[in-house]
Amino acid sequence: MAKKKIERGTPAFMQGNEACVDAAIVAGCRFFAGYPITPSTEIAEGCSEKLPLIGGAFIQMEDEIGSIAAIIGGSLAGAKSMTATSGPGFSLMSENLGFAYMTEVPIVIVNVMRGGPSTGLPTRLSQSDVMQARFGTHGDYTAIVITPSSVQEIYDLTIHAFNCAERFHTPVILLLDEMLAHMREKVFISAIEDIEIMPRSYPKVPPEFFNPYEITPNMVSDSVPFGEGYRFNVTGLIHDEEGFPTSKPDEVVAKLHKLRKKIHLGRKEIMRWDEEYMDDAKYAIVSFGTAARAASSAVQKARSKGIKVGLIKLKTLWPFPGKRINQIADQVRGILVAELNMGQMIREVDRYVMGKCRVQGALRYDGNPLEPEEVFEKLLVLRATKRGK
Amino acid sequence: MELEAICSEHNYLRIKKKFPTVWCSGCGIGSIMGAIIRSVHELKINKNNVALVSGIGCSSRMPIYMDFNTLHTTHGRALPFATGIKMVRPDMKVIVVSGDGDGLAIGGNHFIHACRRNIDITLVIINNYIYGMTGGQVSPTTPLGSYAHTAPYGCIDPPFDAVKVASGAGASYVARASNYHIVQAAKYIKKAIGHKGFSMVEVMSNCPTLFGRLNGMRDPVDQLKWMKANAVTIKNWEKLGEEERVGKFPIGEFVTNMSRPEYTQVYEEMSRKAREEAQNGQS
Repeated sequence: MAKKKIERGTPAFMQGNEACVDAAIVAGCRFFAGYPITPSTEIAEGCSEKLPLIGGAFIQMEDEIGSIAAIIGGSLAGAKSMTATSGPGFSLMSENLGFAYMTEVPIVIVNVMRGGPSTGLPTRLSQSDVMQARFGTHGDYTAIVITPSSVQEIYDLTIHAFNCAERFHTPVILLLDEMLAHMREKVFISAIEDIEIMPRSYPKVPPEFFNPYEITPNMVSDSVPFGEGYRFNVTGLIHDEEGFPTSKPDEVVAKLHKLRKKIHLGRKEIMRWDEEYMDDAKYAIVSFGTAARAASSAVQKARSKGIKVGLIKLKTLWPFPGKRINQIADQVRGILVAELNMGQMIREVDRYVMGKCRVQGALRYDGNPLEPEEVFEKLLVLRATKRGK
Repeated sequence: MELEAICSEHNYLRIKKKFPTVWCSGCGIGSIMGAIIRSVHELKINKNNVALVSGIGCSSRMPIYMDFNTLHTTHGRALPFATGIKMVRPDMKVIVVSGDGDGLAIGGNHFIHACRRNIDITLVIINNYIYGMTGGQVSPTTPLGSYAHTAPYGCIDPPFDAVKVASGAGASYVARASNYHIVQAAKYIKKAIGHKGFSMVEVMSNCPTLFGRLNGMRDPVDQLKWMKANAVTIKNWEKLGEEERVGKFPIGEFVTNMSRPEYTQVYEEMSRKAREEAQNGQS
């Protein structure tokens, strides 16, 4: 990976959406296409202001379907590209999100979650698009879904999102929520001395030997932008290594395996999570995003009362750190999953716990943030629950 | 072998890879593909610098056969994909091939807005009046009373006029020809590709397998004859009364506007000014 030096400055005081824009530009984003939707609009506004100043391109499209289509085109033409939206827009993007998975085009999609279904709660907080981020488009594929829980993490993980997209030639979904997006916090840009920026990979072979979807040991092929003399075909149909449509069973299976395996083989590079007080924990709280902030406070409170509880804060929901969750299930008596929905990640946690300990939820879905007190009380309930219940 | 010899001269077809095409015998799409290739060749555009984008449908299979930077996208979405390419690489020649269903039904909104921006993309709409790939359903251009598999009692939806929409929405080059008038069509396609701004050429095409078969024109030649009989030049069209126009269609160049600014140039100009202002503000 090439390293790009960031100018050291004083700590910035930034809004979440602003941090996302700044980090995207640092990561190399030079094209943004979007459609206004609350609570993500500041990202489009920031890009419309900043990209023209650095030789990048911005366009406001006619809808979200067009927005994601444009950034896939832009990415194929050689620019690192991003769009930002919220639930209803993300639903519209599902169609071409699948196209990007199939054609292995690196793009970053920011979904600033609000309450759903449908128009839902436009100005309120929710984490209910979690399963949609993983399974939103039709067909078999594996997704990378990233969830920051502070403005600092929005900055750092936006860069990670771009790097993962470029490294694995895949769409990456950055899940923010209304509270994070509009919250202002201190961001230490200077705390990161060097930022790793993943450049576009370039083919090592001349055009006549180039296969845009070559099956390689790590399942990631070299890519090259349009207009560089390589003249390949890109299609949303299942295709062979040359990029031409195929329905031969072995080629179909090879393509689908490629999509899944490239993420699976690279999972250690992608996965990120933080642990607090897990060494001697008898209980664990698993959380992410805004909910993890309340969970962290609840852990502090419980520790002050002598309850041995730890926190697993997921920064990537997929690939999911299932192995670690399974280990923790051996260590603790119960796991509490704190999230702002009716119980989505709890299913994934439960799947890896395999019945080895109790799993309960601290769920809230009324548009307001979880209070640390609520999480603490749910923790007491978990503690009081008898075995087998 | 003969075909290979002809193709190797120009090298615009992926002759060794994906032929024969999926198109039925008697289909009109091939002649239009030929017209696009000849236009690019005659305009001396480097094929490395051509992006050919399509959506879904019979006509949208075209990029697979042509040796350009080719992008076969989702149904109706070719224009926004093309817009993204053009925004990032304004120096590239971006051509979109679409059908009547792809471009005017599911892609109708993108069509209007691409015209509005006057972004330098050439859109060739191959209008065969029917959904071919899905087996002959009614399309936005199916004439009133014509039959389709979802209009077994005759089409009751008034058809869509792509030329009027493109003209109204702000495309700076708009033309229509038919597969019968293929020389004229080729001339318009060449002009459109050479034009700076959004250009749209509608080519009325024959589908003997579905539209023709369901509407008494089973032989490919029947439909070409139908085009010959009903195409009217713009000049003559204007002389016709409302009743005389029924069943006929005007062909020719409807809009040739060289003065409308092109979108990527306007964007570049705006960026340059913004950069200058930002620099002046700092100093």
